[in-house]
Amino acid sequence: MNSTCSTTGENSITQANSWVPHTAVIREVTREVNEVSTYHLALSDPALAKAYRFQPGQFNMLYVPGAGESAISMSGDPDSPETLAHTIRFAGNVTRSIATMEVGDTLGLRGPFGTSWPLETCVGKDVILVAGGIGLPPLRPLIHRLLAERHQFGQLNLLYGARSPDMRLYTKEYRDWSEKGLLIKETVDRKNLGWQGNVGVVSMLLERLEPFDPAQSILMICGPELMMRFTARAAMQRGMTHEQIWVSTERNMQCAIGLCGHCQLGPEFICKDGPIFRYDQISPYLIVEGL
Amino acid sequence: MNEAMQTASPRSCFLSIDQFANLFEVLHALDYEVIGPTLDQEAIVYDRVTSVEDLPRGWTDIQEPGKYRLEQRDDDALFGYVVGPHSWKQNLFPPVSTLSTADRTDEGWQFTEVEQELPKYAFLGVRACELAALKIQDRVFMEGPYVDPNYQGRRLQALVIAVNCTQAASTCFCTSMNTGPRCTAGYDLALTELPDGFVVEVATPLGETVIDALETQIATDENQRQAEAARQQAVDQITREFDTTDIRDLLLTNLEHPQWNDVAERCLSCTNCTMVCPTCFCSSVEEVSDLTGDHVERQRQWDSCFNVDFSYMNGGLVRNSIRNRYRQWMTHKLATWIDQFGTSGCVGCGRCITWCPVGIDLTDEVAAIRESQT
Ligand SMILES: Cc1cc2nc3c(=O)[nH]c(=O)nc-3n(C[C@H](O)[C@H](O)[C@H](O)COP(=O)(O)OP(=O)(O)OC[C@H]3O[C@@H](n4cnc5c(N)ncnc54)[C@H](O)[C@@H]3O)c2cc1C
Ligand code: SF4
Ligand code: SF4
Repeated sequence: MNSTCSTTGENSITQANSWVPHTAVIREVTREVNEVSTYHLALSDPALAKAYRFQPGQFNMLYVPGAGESAISMSGDPDSPETLAHTIRFAGNVTRSIATMEVGDTLGLRGPFGTSWPLETCVGKDVILVAGGIGLPPLRPLIHRLLAERHQFGQLNLLYGARSPDMRLYTKEYRDWSEKGLLIKETVDRKNLGWQGNVGVVSMLLERLEPFDPAQSILMICGPELMMRFTARAAMQRGMTHEQIWVSTERNMQCAIGLCGHCQLGPEFICKDGPIFRYDQISPYLIVEGL
Repeated sequence: MNEAMQTASPRSCFLSIDQFANLFEVLHALDYEVIGPTLDQEAIVYDRVTSVEDLPRGWTDIQEPGKYRLEQRDDDALFGYVVGPHSWKQNLFPPVSTLSTADRTDEGWQFTEVEQELPKYAFLGVRACELAALKIQDRVFMEGPYVDPNYQGRRLQALVIAVNCTQAASTCFCTSMNTGPRCTAGYDLALTELPDGFVVEVATPLGETVIDALETQIATDENQRQAEAARQQAVDQITREFDTTDIRDLLLTNLEHPQWNDVAERCLSCTNCTMVCPTCFCSSVEEVSDLTGDHVERQRQWDSCFNVDFSYMNGGLVRNSIRNRYRQWMTHKLATWIDQFGTSGCVGCGRCITWCPVGIDLTDEVAAIRESQT
């Protein structure tokens, strides 16, 4: 038991020592907005790199020796996994160390972990994606998939709320997304000079969304817990049910494989049972303070 | 060992006290490191034992909520105590272990799996509730979807010599949890101690190998009758009852019950209950670097949901009060564990009751919530 090359491909997780990171090289860094950049990583082991696949909504543990590990969602296209995109907000110890790294530097990567957005349930349905701030990156792989198979779905909406106009992520891609059939509506908490759009919380965009057929819609939300609760409530007020709503949850994670206990929320381990949950599965626990 | 040699039902024999002393040599010859009960720090703890002289001959433990003390027995029993603060989890899931190492090279960071030292343990004196705890940790660490290789490596080569309880503490409630006091599965050998030796049940080919290396006699009807009486003594001494009917729903529908505030006024958040619990598995990972920072190890250490920063996230704490942390511990142990692993996380050993400095008793806390419901 001394191999460093445990495979991370599907179906092989049980044989591997999932505690051991793989070496990943930074191939490209894209500055997104203040304090947020996207890191395009390539696994150093060619066989691993070739076998690596992920589903929209899954995450990796990124490791900086000496600083520690952080859970970071995949933000790139699942159908071109040559480099793996991670959009990172520099929040604390680990992410701030990543912020100092450059192209060619290496770090550790374990994954992919967790559940994914249920693309199958979207077939033939209208899909509404709601993102708050740094909640957009985990939805981006899903946007890629939805647009790649555009004909399979009904109306596609992205409702995005950012703190301020200059904190909006991936703005360069909006045109392409729109042209491929994604309807984008945005709002900001605080406007600045030149912002002509909506001001206010993102759940408001859902309250006003037209046309809207609650019975035909699937809703996927990623953002702060409070924002997800308000958004889900707005959707239910407009006639959607718990079963049509999916959320991405967050908790401190140390192992990402259900062995350390940190990420529990009620009966769920966010790392392996989540982070994506159907709302009815997790909402009884999301609303309990301090659980 | 040849599978065909496994007997259909556990073979039973009698091992005299003199022959028992030779057990240690037999185990050592098979390359086992024997971990068993021994006296240390005014308690009976599990540690390396090399001969029968290391066992707590003639000692027993008196336990009550918040109290543990040793007392001399009026006989020479080797296993005449109940359970101490230790459990076998410390051997299978060590309090500190290294998970991986990172070394800086010309090509960047290289990560290596740590060649784990995998001691070949013989656990001597495992009680019925502890067999249940082993089974629970097996489920957590080995039955996926992810396997902990360190635990698995140690567990798969461990030999389990169980001991049937012949007495119980006031804190024991294995009968309520259906985990004891009789050892029924999960061991290689099970002993019932009598004044002049042991009635031994042999359950596996491995157990057979060990027992075949010792001189044994056929267990007589009288031996069996005595053993049965000794075991019955433990059953009779268990007075604590714990009603677990619908406990999952009882606790999960009472997440805002005032009893949580009540217990929070007594609980010190000291983590003792989690450290002594044979099934608790929470841990944290720390970075340990050399001076240059070119060699870094990731160390896993036991942690507890009672520690303040356990639920740290985004610069804040999710469970910022003792009420929230006690609720997390108890609802996990007794309720959500069932969702996660299909069993209760509690085996009724009573350690958390004994080792709580203020004597908080989880069975009382549940009873209080239950009573308020009716
Ligand atoms: C499934 C999942 C996906 C995520 N995806 C992204 C992403 O795509 N982009 C992004 O910028 N951030 C993401 N995060 C949040 C990110 O993991 C935390 O902000 C990050 O851990 C901060 O790490 P740090 O060490 O820099 O912060 P510190 O504050 O120094 O945190 C130290 C440790 O605390 C824990 N921790 C702190 N905050 C969080 C948190 N919010 N969530 C979980 N653990 C935390 C981590 O174990 C971390 O290593 C995700 C979190 C989860 C759970
Ligand atoms: S709980 Fe039962 S099996 Fe465990 S030590 Fe007490 S009597 Fe023995
Ligand atoms: S919760 Fe208490 S009684 Fe139950 S197994 Fe853990 S220490 Fe023993």
